[in-house]
Amino acid sequence: MSQLHYALFTGCTAKQSTPELLSSTLAVADKLGIKITILEEASCCGASHLQDFDEFLAHVLNARNICYAEKLGLTMITICNTCQLNSAMTKHALDTDPDLKARVNEKLAEVGLEYKGTSEIKHFLYALIEDYGLENIKDKVEVPLSNFNIAPFYGCHNIRPSELHHDANGGENPYNPTSLDQLIDALEGHPVDYSHKNKCCGFHVELQANHTSEVLAGNAMVDAIDNNADLMVTPCPLCHLKMDTYQDDVGKVIGRDIELPVLHMPQMVALALGCTPKEIGLNFHVQKATQLYTEAV
Amino acid sequence: MSTQAEEFEPFKTDEAEVTRPDTVTVTLKTFRFNAETDYLPHYKHYTMEVGKDELILDLLNRIKWEHDGSFSYRRSCRHGICGACGIKVNGRATLACKQNALELVKLFGNELLIEPQNKKRAVKDMIIDKKDFWEKHAAVTPYVVADVDPHPEHETKQSIDDFHKFLDSDLCIQCGNCHYACPVVEVNEDYLGPAAFNAAYRFTVDTRDEAGKERLELTSQIGPGVWDCVKCFECAEACPKEINPIEKITKLHNMQFEQGVAKPNVATKHAEGFLRGMKKYGYLDEADIVSYSEGYLGMYKHLKTAMKMMKAGKIHWHSGIPFIDSVPKIKNLDEVQKLIEISQTNTL
Repeated sequence: MSQLHYALFTGCTAKQSTPELLSSTLAVADKLGIKITILEEASCCGASHLQDFDEFLAHVLNARNICYAEKLGLTMITICNTCQLNSAMTKHALDTDPDLKARVNEKLAEVGLEYKGTSEIKHFLYALIEDYGLENIKDKVEVPLSNFNIAPFYGCHNIRPSELHHDANGGENPYNPTSLDQLIDALEGHPVDYSHKNKCCGFHVELQANHTSEVLAGNAMVDAIDNNADLMVTPCPLCHLKMDTYQDDVGKVIGRDIELPVLHMPQMVALALGCTPKEIGLNFHVQKATQLYTEAV
Repeated sequence: MSTQAEEFEPFKTDEAEVTRPDTVTVTLKTFRFNAETDYLPHYKHYTMEVGKDELILDLLNRIKWEHDGSFSYRRSCRHGICGACGIKVNGRATLACKQNALELVKLFGNELLIEPQNKKRAVKDMIIDKKDFWEKHAAVTPYVVADVDPHPEHETKQSIDDFHKFLDSDLCIQCGNCHYACPVVEVNEDYLGPAAFNAAYRFTVDTRDEAGKERLELTSQIGPGVWDCVKCFECAEACPKEINPIEKITKLHNMQFEQGVAKPNVATKHAEGFLRGMKKYGYLDEADIVSYSEGYLGMYKHLKTAMKMMKAGKIHWHSGIPFIDSVPKIKNLDEVQKLIEISQTNTL
């Protein structure tokens, strides 16, 4: 296998409140010999909120980000479901609407860029599973996660709307996604089967509809706990932030004590590949994954 | 090439040994409830051989005709037009008359879970009380509001482009699949929901209509309006007519700004406020977006979380003071600043 090489779109959270996501992504790439070029020019994706305010502007800014991956001739990988969706939405809109593409390129020309549509966009999860391969990951496991029941939480924006994920991003069935389950299995952990694995965490209305947000996160977390989960894992840092930093508040609204560490997908992989808790930034979690300090390492 | 006779050969005459080609044994774990007599719902299992051309509606018919005549469900047109037969199969919003059964067997396995769109609203088996749906649909004035000249001299003309603006949203059959797939509808009883928003959009962009402003004002309210949408895209998956309601929700958001209906509040400032950080750093400023959206007085709600995040090292400071210049800058920030300047189309 020739060396895999990707352009990494970090998004805002990995550069701010979830530094552990970036460090663990780079640690996994390092362990597996995947080459990563960070797109330091890339801006915020708009997180679906800028899109509500000004859809055209959001397309222009996302197209600019993709231009930098195209310049390198690389597939752009994301480490956040919402970055993935908003970048893929812009790509889909521009690739299917020549008129919109022309209007966006007219703006990009002002800063010397042109969107062509030559780079694929996929989440790191699917780069690992489809490009690197589950069997190859299996071969590299140094610390099997066999002591843990791990609840996969897929996050909406990697699985819905399915038409945006068919071609380049896993093509999961949104009603029965399997990639994270397979990954947990490959790392010798025990995937927890629970009905909320493909549901919404409520992050996007945290400010304006706090109650809705807490109930949605709570429903998913107690479902995982009731199905005997020790840990939750998600490919999305926004799901992580909602379920990790707001865990106490969620518990109060739901009326249950919730203690469930929420790992980023690359943290889980890195741990199984033999990285230390410090290397993958477990200290940055609000709900500490103490069982990982004592049992897995 | 096989002849027709050969193709039919596998059908045996011996009743006991009939094994049809292309059939699969499927068990339907079916929700049963009668609000008049039952304290709790229960599930009954019906096992049947299902052929490749059978629809979910055919299986519902077979439960009723072959197993239990009291089994109740709504059905009418059988052509994906009347919107009566929406149910959930393994949690997936399904229009029974449009959905091939074996496709779902392929997806979920040989046991299918047959449930109404919303179990809490069940009246009898698959039949639910859709009152909330119809009330919310009616609330957006789902028709063209116009002073019609009773003696027009010519027909009302509409350009092809104007017509195409609402063409797909007009295909809604009010089946309720998106409404009952929406997690916000489950939690927030004021929330109008994706079907009502689709209808609000459909008539607001109609050039003949004059009530657009009222609909935008209604759908801009926090609680019932579009700002409570969690962006889960469940509605886009649930729609059997491929309308993509969340796309219309985004358009309603945009139109609120375009037509000056959006008033500064926590939700609109949160959407517009992304540009504040992007102009300064290229990234969103995570701390600023909260304080700007909530206002300084509203920040008290987030102090506890902020303290927890700080303790865990999630909030950084480079300048020695938390929250001040704590965001890194992207390369070529001037490009983003310039593009915002020349491409921004809306203001708050």
